[in-house]
Amino acid sequence: MQKDNEPIIEVKNVSKFFGEKTALDHIDLSIRKGEFVTILGPSGCGKTTLLRLIAGFQTASEGEIRIGGKEITQVPPHKRPVNTVFQKYALFPHLNVYDNIAFGLKLKKMPKDVMEKKVKAALKMVGMTDYEYRDVNSLSGGQQQRVAIARAIVNEPEVLLLDEPLAALDLKMRKDMQMELKEMHKRLGITFVYVTHDQEEALTLSDTIVVMSEGKIQQIGTPTDIYNEPVNCFVADFIGESNILNGTMIKDKLVRFCGKEFECVDEGFGENMPVDVVIRPEDFYIFPVSDAAQLVGKVQSCIFKGVHYEMVVLCDDYELTVQDYHGFDAGTEVGLLVKPMDIQIMKKERTCNTFEGKMVGENRVEFLGCEFDCLSENIKGSVAAGDAVEVEVDFEKVNLEDNASADMIEGEVKFILYKGNHYHLTVHSDWDEDVFVDTNDVWDNGDRVGITIPAEAIRVMPAKADGNVN
Amino acid sequence: MVRRVIEQVYLWILLLLLYAPIIIIIVYSFTEAKVLGNWTGFSWKLYESLFDTGAHHSLMNAMINTIAIALIAATVSTVLGSIAAIGIFNLRARSRKAMGFVNTIPILNGDIITGVSLFLLFVSLGITQGFTTVVLAHITFCTPYVVLSVMPRLKQMNPNLYEAALDLGATPMQALRKVILPEIRPGMISGFLLALTLSIDDFAVTVFTIGNQGLETLSTYIYADARKGGLTPELRPLSAIIFVVILILLIIINRRADKAKKTE
Amino acid sequence: MKKALVFFSSRKSWTLPYLIFSIVFVIVPLLLIVVYAFTDENGHMSLVNFSKFLAHPEAINTFVYSIGVAIITTLGCILLGYPAAWILSRSNMGYSKTIIMLFILPMWVNILIRTLATVALFDFLRLPLGEGALIFGMIYNFIPFMIYPIYNTLQKMDRSYIEAAQDLGANNFQVFWKVVFPLSLPGISSGVMMVFMPTISTFAIAELLTMNNIKLFGTTIQENINNSLWNYGAALSLIMLFLIAATSLFSTDSKNDSSQGGGVW
Repeated sequence: MQKDNEPIIEVKNVSKFFGEKTALDHIDLSIRKGEFVTILGPSGCGKTTLLRLIAGFQTASEGEIRIGGKEITQVPPHKRPVNTVFQKYALFPHLNVYDNIAFGLKLKKMPKDVMEKKVKAALKMVGMTDYEYRDVNSLSGGQQQRVAIARAIVNEPEVLLLDEPLAALDLKMRKDMQMELKEMHKRLGITFVYVTHDQEEALTLSDTIVVMSEGKIQQIGTPTDIYNEPVNCFVADFIGESNILNGTMIKDKLVRFCGKEFECVDEGFGENMPVDVVIRPEDFYIFPVSDAAQLVGKVQSCIFKGVHYEMVVLCDDYELTVQDYHGFDAGTEVGLLVKPMDIQIMKKERTCNTFEGKMVGENRVEFLGCEFDCLSENIKGSVAAGDAVEVEVDFEKVNLEDNASADMIEGEVKFILYKGNHYHLTVHSDWDEDVFVDTNDVWDNGDRVGITIPAEAIRVMPAKADGNVN
Repeated sequence: MVRRVIEQVYLWILLLLLYAPIIIIIVYSFTEAKVLGNWTGFSWKLYESLFDTGAHHSLMNAMINTIAIALIAATVSTVLGSIAAIGIFNLRARSRKAMGFVNTIPILNGDIITGVSLFLLFVSLGITQGFTTVVLAHITFCTPYVVLSVMPRLKQMNPNLYEAALDLGATPMQALRKVILPEIRPGMISGFLLALTLSIDDFAVTVFTIGNQGLETLSTYIYADARKGGLTPELRPLSAIIFVVILILLIIINRRADKAKKTE
Repeated sequence: MKKALVFFSSRKSWTLPYLIFSIVFVIVPLLLIVVYAFTDENGHMSLVNFSKFLAHPEAINTFVYSIGVAIITTLGCILLGYPAAWILSRSNMGYSKTIIMLFILPMWVNILIRTLATVALFDFLRLPLGEGALIFGMIYNFIPFMIYPIYNTLQKMDRSYIEAAQDLGANNFQVFWKVVFPLSLPGISSGVMMVFMPTISTFAIAELLTMNNIKLFGTTIQENINNSLWNYGAALSLIMLFLIAATSLFSTDSKNDSSQGGGVW
């Protein structure tokens, strides 16, 4: 049993650059033998790149990858003990089902009778017996994917890599295949590394989920860990639905949000610390207004979702999403209650924008590749023109404009988080630094925006000597 | 309804105009008259004399030269063009664009520029012009078409196919032979056939590169003939035969293409 | 060093044979045209060839006349070919494919034989050879190159554009001029490329169709090369090369469509 805990794949400090673009940023990952690991993230997060590095279709720019203890960073794909199932199957169109599956075995010059047995066994495993001599182009998507899986597992790889293998299938077929994959994993006993953008699929299938975003690993954990205890807003927002709110940790086990104080189970954040609060919609209790209510609000909308109702409740200023088996009509006054252990507290990654900059004049500072006016009363400590400085700007003070003019820095909205009563936007500026903005305006992912910062919002202070400030 | 009839009539009149000259040639290949347009009764005589060895030695010679040049040029172009297409396909965007441009130069140039430029190349290098120079010239203008017909196959190919082969244990060379080659083969075949017909049909480039050692292809033969003031009567049956052979060839190829499409 | 090694071991290096071939047989020859055009018979740098061209009204006349013939041919091909392409694009696939095949089939008959057949046709119909025959022969030779690319773009055009236009209140005429025609411009432009340039550069055909009465620019070039006036011939070729470059810049989208010429097979 001890052997099972040996890592089979070790990714150490791996980065991958495509020209200027960083696809993977110092990835560390260890996968145990026999595990079903899912790499989950939105498109462009680097999950496929990571898989392709393991498969050997691309080589890491930095770092090291080991499989079964052997360093294989530079080893070509045909010499690696892994096989891949591709998203669009990649069956060889000029070969029939049998020859597709036998492709790898033939290259190994396996005797004909052994090969035939193995191909038949693999076909049986994927439930495609008697399909040997069919033309692969005549198969349905689901069947093609089964053949692709058979083609990979017939080689008895130590690790099976699956790159969004079910993405091209319709919903029902996808659900069936999920169950079959899980079953197959159990029977084969080999390691599965599965890439997907579908969080439900990840929660259903995996022993371990690796959540990725922007080329970085955000969180590694079991499905329940990831769902119940997301480490940051990205994970909380990406996995399942959630209410993410600004809050203040008053002291251990007491948090304030939506204008009320709540008991919780988290401690060690310090006193009066700004935090992010996550509450899953199904963790709210909703009932007619009574003394038990922690929050009182009015139902804005109520949609029947099949098993439950999804309601948006306006409490003071905050819109909260609530799911319950009982529906309350829009306009009804309701009370809400949440148990202490269902309140998930996360440390804020930042409380304001921090940029490195330089004074260029008495009341003029340069950062984000642009020059800005600032007010002398906002300059703390003594700085002179030419000095390196640190600039702070509050989230809500940054303005976004539709039409950027020439002297404005531009950027692209890349992540939107609804915080109950406002949006928290991550804008990737053309200067290649992220600017975080709180706004009530509605923007879309990918919108081009002009960024302006009024003089009074800019706080300037001398750069700390060691330069290692976050 | 009336509109449909008018449309179809228009199409068929246009086709009739296009085919009128060819029909006349075919019809008049079955009569003996020296001058086209004189009908002197049905006869196979022109066909007989075409295949009567010795009678039209130079015409048959020109025919054989044409076919030999076309086969060699098309074969070399197909190999060169397919290898080039795979190379170009693997280039980065900018170099791919540059190579793509170089590839289209001979197509854009037009026969006469290609002909003049190659003529100048051969005379500058002091190379005696003849069979080899014609073949080289034909390779020059045929290869771009091979590249252009192989390229779409590469682009349509599932980009994971090559990786899948490597993944299953194939070396890069094995993957190329067992996966890429079968995938681009239809493109190579159409490129080959296109090169073949372009080479057979060519006149302008050939004229500039054929030299004056007495080598003749079908085109130069006809040109010389026409300048002398008339068409050798035997050209009529020859053209008729070429037309019918090509017609059959095209039908076969189209059938094949249809079949391939249906199985997809 | 390391970069070179990576290059030779990767598939990119497969471009190399063709690149070398292209340099020797495409680029160097084109440069030779330039060199010859700007040197006199003794190999000295000179503009004498161009001044000769400008001093010969006959040569300039031929040049302008050739452009005129090419423009008329191209317009004729558009006027006759567009309706055909339009009708075909609206017929069912199997039928239109066959008809397109029929339009292209004559291309595989040697161009000189085709031209001589046209001469025969005019003789047969007792029509005089001359300008009329020249234009007919040119259109006859090149119209398939116009029909095919236009057909291709019309065929690929999404039907819903037309339906959307009708839905928004356009009548048939407006649908055509405001939606279909603008969307088919790439097809027309590649058709123009494939008709205009070959028309300008053909030779021999004009002589055969007009009983040596009309000479086009291509013939002038060939005659000069034939008469060992290589430098002058090169200069004339260079002038034509500029014309070709100008035309191909004019029809920008042609690159995508030139590959379709090979798609007949």
